[in-house]
Amino acid sequence: MTANLLSTRQLSASYGDFQALFGVDFHVDAGEVVALIGANGAGKSTLLKSLMGLLPVSPEMVQFEGQPVGGMPAHALVRRGLALVPEGRRLFTGMSVEENLRVAAEHGRAAASGRGWTLPRVYELFGMLQTKRNQAVEALSGGQQQMVAIGRALMSNPKLLLCDELSLGLAPLVIKEIYAALPAIAREGTAIVLVEQDVSLAQQASNRLYCMLEGRITLTGTSSEIRRAAIAQAYFGATHAVA
Amino acid sequence: MQWLDAVLQGVLLGGLYAQYALGMTLMFGVMRVVNAAHGDIMVLLGLCGIALTAWLGIGPYAAMAMLTPIAVLLGYALQRVVLNRVIGDDPLPSLIATFGLSTAIQNLLLEVFSADARSLNAGGLESASVGIGELHLGVLPLQIFGAAVVLTTGLDLVLKRSRFGRALRASAADAEAASITGIDPKRIYAGATAIATGLLALAGVFQATRATLSPADGPAQLIYAFEAVIIGGMGSVWGAFIGAIVLGVSQVVGSRIDAGWGSLVGHLVFIGILCLRPQGLMARQR
Repeated sequence: MTANLLSTRQLSASYGDFQALFGVDFHVDAGEVVALIGANGAGKSTLLKSLMGLLPVSPEMVQFEGQPVGGMPAHALVRRGLALVPEGRRLFTGMSVEENLRVAAEHGRAAASGRGWTLPRVYELFGMLQTKRNQAVEALSGGQQQMVAIGRALMSNPKLLLCDELSLGLAPLVIKEIYAALPAIAREGTAIVLVEQDVSLAQQASNRLYCMLEGRITLTGTSSEIRRAAIAQAYFGATHAVA
Repeated sequence: MQWLDAVLQGVLLGGLYAQYALGMTLMFGVMRVVNAAHGDIMVLLGLCGIALTAWLGIGPYAAMAMLTPIAVLLGYALQRVVLNRVIGDDPLPSLIATFGLSTAIQNLLLEVFSADARSLNAGGLESASVGIGELHLGVLPLQIFGAAVVLTTGLDLVLKRSRFGRALRASAADAEAASITGIDPKRIYAGATAIATGLLALAGVFQATRATLSPADGPAQLIYAFEAVIIGGMGSVWGAFIGAIVLGVSQVVGSRIDAGWGSLVGHLVFIGILCLRPQGLMARQR
Protein backbone atom coordinates (compact mmCIF):
# COMPACT_ATOMS: atom_id res chain seq x y z
CA MET A 1 0.00 0.00 0.00
CA THR A 2 2.75 2.44 0.91
CA ALA A 3 4.97 3.46 -1.97
CA ASN A 4 8.60 2.49 -1.97
CA LEU A 5 10.50 5.80 -1.80
CA LEU A 6 14.11 4.74 -1.71
CA SER A 7 15.81 1.38 -1.96
CA THR A 8 19.32 0.06 -2.39
CA ARG A 9 20.25 -3.10 -4.27
CA GLN A 10 23.47 -4.85 -3.27
CA LEU A 11 24.98 -1.46 -2.41
CA SER A 12 28.75 -1.56 -2.00
CA ALA A 13 30.91 1.45 -1.30
CA SER A 14 34.59 2.07 -0.59
CA TYR A 15 36.90 4.77 0.67
CA GLY A 16 39.72 4.20 -1.79
CA ASP A 17 40.94 0.63 -1.23
CA PHE A 18 38.95 0.21 1.96
CA GLN A 19 35.53 -1.33 1.34
CA ALA A 20 33.02 -0.06 3.91
CA LEU A 21 29.69 -1.46 2.63
CA PHE A 22 29.09 -5.00 1.37
CA GLY A 23 25.89 -5.69 -0.62
CA VAL A 24 23.49 -3.65 1.50
CA ASP A 25 19.76 -4.03 0.74
CA PHE A 26 17.83 -1.26 2.44
CA HIS A 27 14.56 0.46 1.76
CA VAL A 28 12.39 3.29 3.03
CA ASP A 29 8.71 3.73 2.24
CA ALA A 30 7.03 7.12 1.87
CA GLY A 31 6.24 8.73 5.22
CA GLU A 32 8.10 6.11 7.25
CA VAL A 33 10.61 6.68 10.07
CA VAL A 34 13.45 4.17 9.82
CA ALA A 35 16.24 3.89 12.37
CA LEU A 36 19.72 2.67 11.52
CA ILE A 37 21.73 1.46 14.50
CA GLY A 38 25.12 -0.12 14.89
CA ALA A 39 28.47 0.32 16.60
CA ASN A 40 31.12 2.82 15.53
CA GLY A 41 32.49 1.90 12.12
CA ALA A 42 29.55 -0.34 11.24
CA GLY A 43 28.92 1.67 8.06
CA LYS A 44 25.88 3.74 9.06
CA SER A 45 27.31 7.10 8.04
CA THR A 46 28.83 5.53 4.94
CA LEU A 47 25.39 4.28 3.94
CA LEU A 48 23.93 7.78 4.31
CA LYS A 49 26.81 9.30 2.34
CA SER A 50 26.29 6.75 -0.46
CA LEU A 51 22.58 7.61 -0.59
CA MET A 52 23.38 11.33 -0.71
CA GLY A 53 25.84 11.10 -3.60
CA LEU A 54 28.91 11.84 -1.48
CA LEU A 55 30.60 8.52 -2.29
CA PRO A 56 30.99 6.98 -5.75
CA VAL A 57 28.50 4.12 -6.24
CA SER A 58 27.05 2.76 -9.48
CA PRO A 59 23.67 4.18 -10.59
CA GLU A 60 21.46 1.09 -10.20
CA MET A 61 22.61 0.49 -6.61
CA VAL A 62 20.38 3.32 -5.33
CA GLN A 63 16.80 3.79 -6.56
CA PHE A 64 14.82 6.87 -5.59
CA GLU A 65 11.16 6.90 -6.66
CA GLY A 66 11.96 4.10 -9.08
CA GLN A 67 14.83 5.96 -10.78
CA PRO A 68 18.47 4.91 -10.58
CA VAL A 69 20.24 7.77 -8.76
CA GLY A 70 23.41 6.14 -7.35
CA GLY A 71 26.46 8.37 -7.61
CA MET A 72 24.46 11.39 -8.80
CA PRO A 73 25.89 14.67 -7.45
CA ALA A 74 24.44 15.68 -4.09
CA HIS A 75 23.01 18.97 -5.36
CA ALA A 76 21.01 17.13 -8.02
CA LEU A 77 19.64 14.70 -5.40
CA VAL A 78 18.52 17.62 -3.24
CA ARG A 79 16.35 18.77 -6.13
CA ARG A 80 14.79 15.31 -6.35
CA GLY A 81 13.86 15.42 -2.67
CA LEU A 82 16.72 14.06 -0.57
CA ALA A 83 18.28 16.00 2.28
CA LEU A 84 20.98 15.16 4.81
CA VAL A 85 21.62 16.46 8.33
CA PRO A 86 25.32 15.62 8.35
CA GLU A 87 27.35 14.30 11.25
CA GLY A 88 28.94 17.23 13.05
CA ARG A 89 26.22 19.55 11.67
CA ARG A 90 28.52 21.25 9.12
CA LEU A 91 26.82 24.65 9.26
CA PHE A 92 28.06 27.56 7.16
CA THR A 93 30.29 29.51 9.53
CA GLY A 94 30.45 33.27 9.14
CA MET A 95 26.76 33.28 8.16
CA SER A 96 23.75 33.97 10.37
CA VAL A 97 21.11 31.42 11.33
CA GLU A 98 18.68 32.94 8.86
CA GLU A 99 21.24 32.99 6.05
CA ASN A 100 21.98 29.31 6.65
CA LEU A 101 18.28 28.56 6.28
CA ARG A 102 17.70 30.89 3.32
CA VAL A 103 20.55 29.55 1.25
CA ALA A 104 18.99 26.08 1.54
CA ALA A 105 15.54 27.34 0.54
CA GLU A 106 17.01 29.10 -2.47
CA HIS A 107 18.60 25.93 -3.86
CA GLY A 108 16.20 23.28 -2.66
CA ARG A 109 13.21 21.52 -4.13
CA ALA A 110 10.14 23.63 -4.77
CA ALA A 111 7.21 22.24 -2.81
CA ALA A 112 3.59 22.32 -3.91
CA SER A 113 2.29 25.81 -3.14
CA GLY A 114 1.47 26.42 0.51
CA ARG A 115 2.85 23.06 1.60
CA GLY A 116 6.56 23.72 1.78
CA TRP A 117 8.82 24.57 4.69
CA THR A 118 9.35 28.29 5.21
CA LEU A 119 11.33 30.39 7.68
CA PRO A 120 8.29 31.00 9.93
CA ARG A 121 7.49 27.28 9.98
CA VAL A 122 11.04 26.34 10.95
CA TYR A 123 10.98 29.02 13.68
CA GLU A 124 7.69 27.56 14.86
CA LEU A 125 9.27 24.10 15.05
CA PHE A 126 12.36 25.37 16.91
CA GLY A 127 11.27 28.50 18.80
CA MET A 128 14.82 29.15 20.01
CA LEU A 129 16.03 29.91 16.48
CA GLN A 130 13.65 32.83 16.05
CA THR A 131 15.40 34.85 18.77
CA LYS A 132 18.86 33.86 17.47
CA ARG A 133 18.10 34.35 13.81
CA ASN A 134 20.59 37.17 13.16
CA GLN A 135 23.43 35.59 15.14
CA ALA A 136 26.37 33.88 13.49
CA VAL A 137 25.88 30.10 13.75
CA GLU A 138 29.24 29.56 15.44
CA ALA A 139 27.96 31.56 18.43
CA LEU A 140 25.15 29.04 19.09
CA SER A 141 25.21 26.09 21.48
CA GLY A 142 25.54 22.57 20.10
CA GLY A 143 21.82 21.88 20.45
CA GLN A 144 20.87 25.11 18.72
CA GLN A 145 23.32 24.34 15.93
CA GLN A 146 21.69 20.94 15.50
CA MET A 147 18.31 22.68 15.19
CA VAL A 148 19.73 24.93 12.47
CA ALA A 149 21.14 21.86 10.68
CA ILE A 150 17.73 20.17 10.75
CA GLY A 151 15.99 23.40 9.72
CA ARG A 152 18.45 23.85 6.86
CA ALA A 153 17.72 20.35 5.58
CA LEU A 154 13.95 20.93 5.88
CA MET A 155 14.13 24.19 3.92
CA SER A 156 14.92 22.19 0.78
CA ASN A 157 11.56 20.43 1.19
CA PRO A 158 12.81 16.85 1.23
CA LYS A 159 10.67 13.79 0.65
CA LEU A 160 13.31 11.85 2.56
CA LEU A 161 15.32 13.35 5.41
CA LEU A 162 18.55 11.56 6.35
CA CYS A 163 19.75 12.36 9.88
CA ASP A 164 23.26 11.38 10.94
CA GLU A 165 23.66 11.10 14.74
CA LEU A 166 21.41 13.94 15.85
CA SER A 167 22.20 13.20 19.49
CA LEU A 168 25.99 13.23 19.17
CA GLY A 169 27.61 15.33 21.88
CA LEU A 170 24.34 16.80 23.17
CA ALA A 171 22.89 16.85 26.68
CA PRO A 172 19.96 14.45 27.34
CA LEU A 173 17.43 17.29 27.71
CA VAL A 174 18.50 18.83 24.42
CA ILE A 175 18.31 15.44 22.69
CA LYS A 176 14.77 15.07 23.99
CA GLU A 177 13.85 18.50 22.61
CA ILE A 178 15.26 17.68 19.19
CA TYR A 179 13.63 14.26 18.98
CA ALA A 180 10.33 15.86 19.99
CA ALA A 181 10.40 17.74 16.66
CA LEU A 182 10.57 14.58 14.55
CA PRO A 183 6.88 13.59 14.69
CA ALA A 184 5.94 17.06 13.41
CA ILE A 185 8.29 16.55 10.47
CA ALA A 186 6.97 13.05 9.76
CA ARG A 187 3.37 14.35 9.84
CA GLU A 188 4.19 16.43 6.77
CA GLY A 189 4.68 13.15 4.92
CA THR A 190 8.47 13.38 4.99
CA ALA A 191 10.15 10.01 5.43
CA ILE A 192 13.05 10.01 7.89
CA VAL A 193 16.14 7.84 8.27
CA LEU A 194 17.74 8.16 11.70
CA VAL A 195 21.27 7.04 12.32
CA GLU A 196 21.51 6.64 16.07
CA GLN A 197 23.89 5.06 18.57
CA ASP A 198 21.34 5.08 21.40
CA VAL A 199 19.35 1.90 20.73
CA SER A 200 16.33 2.61 22.96
CA LEU A 201 16.03 6.14 21.54
CA ALA A 202 16.16 4.71 18.04
CA GLN A 203 13.51 2.11 18.87
CA GLN A 204 11.15 4.68 20.36
CA ALA A 205 11.48 7.18 17.52
CA SER A 206 11.10 4.82 14.55
CA ASN A 207 8.61 2.53 12.84
CA ARG A 208 11.20 0.18 11.48
CA LEU A 209 14.80 -0.51 12.34
CA TYR A 210 17.95 -1.80 10.66
CA CYS A 211 21.05 -2.90 12.54
CA MET A 212 24.44 -2.83 10.83
CA LEU A 213 27.67 -4.60 11.62
CA GLU A 214 30.92 -4.41 9.67
CA GLY A 215 29.34 -2.99 6.53
CA ARG A 216 26.40 -5.40 6.38
CA ILE A 217 22.77 -5.35 7.54
CA THR A 218 22.49 -7.90 10.33
CA LEU A 219 18.92 -7.35 11.51
CA THR A 220 15.75 -5.66 10.33
CA GLY A 221 12.20 -5.53 11.66
CA THR A 222 9.42 -3.48 13.23
CA SER A 223 10.95 -1.34 15.97
CA SER A 224 8.38 -2.12 18.65
CA GLU A 225 8.58 -5.88 18.09
CA ILE A 226 12.32 -6.51 17.99
CA ARG A 227 13.63 -8.07 21.19
CA ARG A 228 16.66 -6.62 22.95
CA ALA A 229 18.53 -9.92 22.79
CA ALA A 230 18.19 -10.03 19.00
CA ILE A 231 19.49 -6.46 18.76
CA ALA A 232 22.46 -7.24 20.99
CA GLN A 233 23.32 -10.22 18.81
CA ALA A 234 23.06 -8.17 15.61
CA TYR A 235 24.86 -5.18 17.14
CA PHE A 236 27.95 -6.98 18.45
CA GLY A 237 28.00 -10.10 16.25
CA ALA A 238 27.50 -13.74 17.34
CA THR A 239 30.87 -14.19 18.98
CA HIS A 240 30.46 -11.13 21.20
CA ALA A 241 26.84 -11.67 22.24
CA VAL A 242 26.71 -10.98 25.95
CA ALA A 243 23.39 -9.31 26.62
CA MET B 1 50.38 71.19 1.40
CA GLN B 2 52.90 68.99 -0.33
CA TRP B 3 52.02 66.13 2.00
CA LEU B 4 48.27 66.66 1.71
CA ASP B 5 48.76 66.46 -2.05
CA ALA B 6 50.77 63.24 -1.66
CA VAL B 7 48.03 61.67 0.46
CA LEU B 8 45.30 62.67 -2.01
CA GLN B 9 47.26 61.36 -4.98
CA GLY B 10 47.88 58.18 -2.99
CA VAL B 11 44.17 57.74 -2.30
CA LEU B 12 43.47 58.11 -6.01
CA LEU B 13 46.19 55.59 -6.89
CA GLY B 14 44.61 53.32 -4.29
CA GLY B 15 41.39 53.48 -6.30
CA LEU B 16 43.18 51.74 -9.17
CA TYR B 17 44.71 49.13 -6.84
CA ALA B 18 41.27 48.55 -5.34
CA GLN B 19 40.07 47.44 -8.75
CA TYR B 20 42.76 44.74 -8.92
CA ALA B 21 42.05 43.80 -5.32
CA LEU B 22 38.28 43.31 -5.68
CA GLY B 23 38.58 40.26 -7.91
CA MET B 24 41.35 39.00 -5.67
CA THR B 25 39.22 39.32 -2.53
CA LEU B 26 36.53 37.22 -4.18
CA MET B 27 38.93 34.47 -5.30
CA PHE B 28 41.60 34.52 -2.60
CA GLY B 29 39.76 36.11 0.32
CA VAL B 30 36.48 34.22 -0.01
CA MET B 31 37.14 31.12 -2.14
CA ARG B 32 40.76 30.68 -0.94
CA VAL B 33 41.94 30.01 -4.47
CA VAL B 34 45.32 31.48 -5.35
CA ASN B 35 45.19 32.82 -8.89
CA ALA B 36 48.80 33.65 -9.75
CA ALA B 37 47.71 34.78 -13.23
CA HIS B 38 45.50 37.57 -11.82
CA GLY B 39 47.95 40.35 -12.77
CA ASP B 40 48.74 38.84 -16.16
CA ILE B 41 45.06 38.59 -17.09
CA MET B 42 44.75 42.27 -16.15
CA VAL B 43 47.72 43.13 -18.42
CA LEU B 44 46.26 40.95 -21.20
CA LEU B 45 42.93 42.78 -21.03
CA GLY B 46 44.65 46.19 -20.76
CA LEU B 47 46.79 45.55 -23.84
CA CYS B 48 43.71 44.32 -25.72
CA GLY B 49 42.04 47.58 -24.69
CA ILE B 50 44.94 49.58 -26.15
CA ALA B 51 44.72 47.60 -29.40
CA LEU B 52 40.93 48.04 -29.60
CA THR B 53 41.03 51.81 -29.07
CA ALA B 54 43.81 52.17 -31.66
CA TRP B 55 42.06 50.06 -34.31
CA LEU B 56 38.52 51.26 -33.86
CA GLY B 57 39.24 54.81 -32.73
CA ILE B 58 37.05 54.39 -29.64
CA GLY B 59 37.55 55.74 -26.12
CA PRO B 60 38.57 53.76 -23.02
CA TYR B 61 35.00 53.39 -21.73
CA ALA B 62 33.78 51.93 -25.02
CA ALA B 63 36.73 49.53 -24.94
CA MET B 64 35.72 48.48 -21.40
CA ALA B 65 32.16 47.86 -22.51
CA MET B 66 33.45 45.57 -25.26
CA LEU B 67 36.09 43.80 -23.16
CA THR B 68 34.10 43.16 -19.99
CA PRO B 69 31.75 40.50 -21.46
CA ILE B 70 34.76 38.77 -23.03
CA ALA B 71 36.57 38.86 -19.69
CA VAL B 72 33.53 37.41 -17.92
CA LEU B 73 33.46 34.48 -20.35
CA LEU B 74 37.23 34.06 -19.99
CA GLY B 75 36.89 33.88 -16.19
CA TYR B 76 34.04 31.39 -16.42
CA ALA B 77 36.09 29.19 -18.75
CA LEU B 78 39.19 29.53 -16.55
CA GLN B 79 37.29 28.19 -13.55
CA ARG B 80 35.43 25.46 -15.45
CA VAL B 81 38.38 24.19 -17.50
CA VAL B 82 41.34 24.76 -15.16
CA LEU B 83 40.59 25.76 -11.57
CA ASN B 84 37.65 23.43 -10.81
CA ARG B 85 39.97 20.51 -11.54
CA VAL B 86 42.58 21.60 -9.01
CA ILE B 87 40.39 23.14 -6.32
CA GLY B 88 40.44 21.55 -2.86
CA ASP B 89 41.86 21.83 0.60
CA ASP B 90 45.38 21.94 -0.76
CA PRO B 91 46.19 25.40 -2.19
CA LEU B 92 49.28 24.16 -4.06
CA PRO B 93 47.66 22.64 -7.20
CA SER B 94 45.79 25.85 -8.05
CA LEU B 95 48.94 27.88 -7.41
CA ILE B 96 50.98 25.70 -9.78
CA ALA B 97 48.29 25.64 -12.49
CA THR B 98 47.84 29.43 -12.47
CA PHE B 99 51.60 30.01 -12.24
CA GLY B 100 51.89 28.07 -15.49
CA LEU B 101 49.06 30.10 -16.97
CA SER B 102 50.80 33.30 -15.87
CA THR B 103 54.02 32.35 -17.69
CA ALA B 104 52.07 31.33 -20.79
CA ILE B 105 50.14 34.63 -20.89
CA GLN B 106 53.32 36.69 -20.44
CA ASN B 107 55.03 34.91 -23.31
CA LEU B 108 51.97 35.15 -25.53
CA LEU B 109 51.79 38.90 -24.88
CA LEU B 110 55.50 39.29 -25.56
CA GLU B 111 55.02 37.52 -28.89
CA VAL B 112 52.00 39.61 -29.93
CA PHE B 113 52.71 43.04 -28.43
CA SER B 114 56.57 43.01 -28.04
CA ALA B 115 58.22 44.10 -24.78
CA ASP B 116 57.43 47.82 -25.28
CA ALA B 117 55.51 49.71 -22.65
CA ARG B 118 52.31 51.05 -24.20
CA SER B 119 49.65 53.47 -23.15
CA LEU B 120 46.05 53.98 -24.19
CA ASN B 121 45.34 57.21 -26.05
CA ALA B 122 42.18 58.61 -24.49
CA GLY B 123 42.15 61.91 -26.41
CA GLY B 124 43.24 64.25 -23.61
CA LEU B 125 41.30 62.62 -20.74
CA GLU B 126 44.55 61.25 -19.34
CA SER B 127 46.05 64.73 -18.84
CA ALA B 128 42.93 66.72 -17.81
CA SER B 129 42.87 67.97 -14.23
CA VAL B 130 40.77 70.02 -11.87
CA GLY B 131 42.23 72.53 -9.42
CA ILE B 132 41.08 72.89 -5.83
CA GLY B 133 43.03 75.77 -4.31
CA GLU B 134 46.67 74.86 -4.80
CA LEU B 135 45.89 71.19 -5.41
CA HIS B 136 45.51 69.67 -8.83
CA LEU B 137 43.69 66.36 -9.16
CA GLY B 138 43.56 64.40 -12.41
CA VAL B 139 40.13 63.91 -13.93
CA LEU B 140 40.93 60.32 -14.92
CA PRO B 141 42.23 59.33 -11.45
CA LEU B 142 39.05 60.81 -9.96
CA GLN B 143 36.94 58.76 -12.37
CA ILE B 144 38.95 55.64 -11.53
CA PHE B 145 38.45 56.27 -7.82
CA GLY B 146 34.72 56.83 -8.31
CA ALA B 147 34.47 53.60 -10.31
CA ALA B 148 36.31 51.76 -7.50
CA VAL B 149 33.83 53.05 -4.90
CA VAL B 150 30.88 52.00 -7.05
CA LEU B 151 32.36 48.56 -7.78
CA THR B 152 33.26 47.96 -4.12
CA THR B 153 29.76 48.92 -2.98
CA GLY B 154 28.21 46.69 -5.62
CA LEU B 155 30.41 43.68 -4.91
CA ASP B 156 29.88 44.02 -1.17
CA LEU B 157 26.10 44.03 -1.66
CA VAL B 158 26.24 41.08 -4.05
CA LEU B 159 28.26 39.07 -1.54
CA LYS B 160 26.15 39.99 1.49
CA ARG B 161 22.64 40.28 0.14
CA SER B 162 22.20 38.29 -3.06
CA ARG B 163 21.26 34.66 -3.60
CA PHE B 164 24.55 34.20 -5.44
CA GLY B 165 26.53 35.82 -2.61
CA ARG B 166 24.98 33.55 0.02
CA ALA B 167 25.67 30.49 -2.13
CA LEU B 168 29.28 31.59 -2.62
CA ARG B 169 29.87 32.16 1.10
CA ALA B 170 28.24 28.82 1.89
CA SER B 171 30.40 27.01 -0.68
CA ALA B 172 33.53 28.70 0.63
CA ALA B 173 32.67 27.77 4.23
CA ASP B 174 32.06 24.08 3.46
CA ALA B 175 31.75 22.92 -0.14
CA GLU B 176 30.38 19.47 0.72
CA ALA B 177 27.78 20.91 3.10
CA ALA B 178 26.83 23.35 0.34
CA SER B 179 26.29 20.49 -2.10
CA ILE B 180 23.92 18.69 0.29
CA THR B 181 22.02 21.97 0.52
CA GLY B 182 21.40 21.91 -3.23
CA ILE B 183 24.24 24.20 -4.29
CA ASP B 184 26.60 23.18 -7.08
CA PRO B 185 29.82 24.73 -5.71
CA LYS B 186 31.69 24.42 -9.00
CA ARG B 187 29.06 26.43 -10.82
CA ILE B 188 29.07 29.08 -8.11
CA TYR B 189 32.88 29.25 -8.22
CA ALA B 190 32.75 29.67 -12.00
CA GLY B 191 30.38 32.61 -11.49
CA ALA B 192 32.72 34.17 -8.91
CA THR B 193 35.78 33.84 -11.15
CA ALA B 194 33.75 35.30 -14.02
CA ILE B 195 32.99 38.37 -11.88
CA ALA B 196 36.60 38.63 -10.69
CA THR B 197 37.92 38.50 -14.26
CA GLY B 198 35.24 40.85 -15.54
CA LEU B 199 36.45 43.43 -13.02
CA LEU B 200 39.97 43.02 -14.40
CA ALA B 201 38.80 44.32 -17.79
CA LEU B 202 37.95 47.63 -16.13
CA ALA B 203 41.15 47.64 -14.07
CA GLY B 204 43.30 46.78 -17.12
CA VAL B 205 41.89 49.52 -19.35
CA PHE B 206 42.09 52.06 -16.51
CA GLN B 207 45.70 51.07 -15.83
CA ALA B 208 46.56 51.37 -19.54
CA THR B 209 44.98 54.82 -19.72
CA ARG B 210 46.43 56.16 -16.48
CA ALA B 211 49.95 54.79 -16.89
CA THR B 212 51.67 52.31 -19.18
CA LEU B 213 51.49 48.56 -19.59
CA SER B 214 54.04 46.05 -20.80
CA PRO B 215 53.76 42.23 -20.93
CA ALA B 216 55.95 41.73 -17.84
CA ASP B 217 53.91 44.02 -15.55
CA GLY B 218 51.52 41.33 -14.28
CA PRO B 219 53.41 39.91 -11.29
CA ALA B 220 53.92 43.34 -9.66
CA GLN B 221 50.19 44.10 -9.94
CA LEU B 222 49.46 40.63 -8.54
CA ILE B 223 51.55 41.48 -5.46
CA TYR B 224 49.69 44.78 -4.95
CA ALA B 225 46.35 42.94 -5.13
CA PHE B 226 47.53 40.30 -2.63
CA GLU B 227 48.82 42.99 -0.27
CA ALA B 228 45.60 44.99 -0.43
CA VAL B 229 43.49 41.91 0.36
CA ILE B 230 45.71 40.88 3.27
CA ILE B 231 46.00 44.41 4.72
CA GLY B 232 42.22 44.70 4.60
CA GLY B 233 41.44 41.25 5.98
CA MET B 234 40.57 38.04 4.14
CA GLY B 235 37.04 37.93 2.83
CA SER B 236 36.15 41.56 3.47
CA VAL B 237 35.29 43.53 0.33
CA TRP B 238 35.58 46.96 1.94
CA GLY B 239 38.73 45.70 3.67
CA ALA B 240 40.32 45.13 0.27
CA PHE B 241 39.32 48.67 -0.75
CA ILE B 242 40.83 50.15 2.44
CA GLY B 243 43.93 47.96 1.97
CA ALA B 244 44.36 49.29 -1.57
CA ILE B 245 44.08 52.89 -0.33
CA VAL B 246 46.67 52.24 2.41
CA LEU B 247 48.98 50.78 -0.21
CA GLY B 248 48.44 53.68 -2.64
CA VAL B 249 49.05 56.35 0.02
CA SER B 250 52.18 54.53 1.29
CA GLN B 251 53.62 54.34 -2.20
CA VAL B 252 53.01 57.98 -3.12
CA VAL B 253 54.18 59.33 0.24
CA GLY B 254 57.24 57.06 -0.01
CA SER B 255 58.08 58.30 -3.48
CA ARG B 256 57.87 61.90 -2.26
CA ILE B 257 60.48 61.11 0.40
CA ASP B 258 62.75 59.64 -2.23
CA ALA B 259 61.78 58.97 -5.84
CA GLY B 260 63.04 55.38 -5.61
CA TRP B 261 61.19 54.46 -2.44
CA GLY B 262 57.60 54.24 -3.65
CA SER B 263 57.11 50.47 -3.94
CA LEU B 264 59.50 49.80 -1.07
CA VAL B 265 57.50 51.89 1.42
CA GLY B 266 54.32 50.16 0.22
CA HIS B 267 55.81 46.74 0.94
CA LEU B 268 57.21 47.89 4.31
CA VAL B 269 53.82 49.18 5.41
CA PHE B 270 52.33 45.83 4.32
CA ILE B 271 54.88 43.94 6.43
CA GLY B 272 54.29 46.32 9.35
CA ILE B 273 50.54 45.70 9.27
CA LEU B 274 51.15 41.97 8.95
CA CYS B 275 53.21 42.13 12.18
CA LEU B 276 50.83 44.35 14.15
CA ARG B 277 47.47 43.10 12.90
CA PRO B 278 47.94 39.85 10.99
CA GLN B 279 44.19 39.26 10.64
CA GLY B 280 43.88 42.49 8.61
CA LEU B 281 42.25 45.82 9.32
CA MET B 282 38.66 44.70 8.71
CA ALA B 283 38.89 40.96 9.29
CA ARG B 284 35.62 39.11 9.19
CA GLN B 285 35.05 36.98 12.23
CA ARG B 286 35.30 33.28 11.52
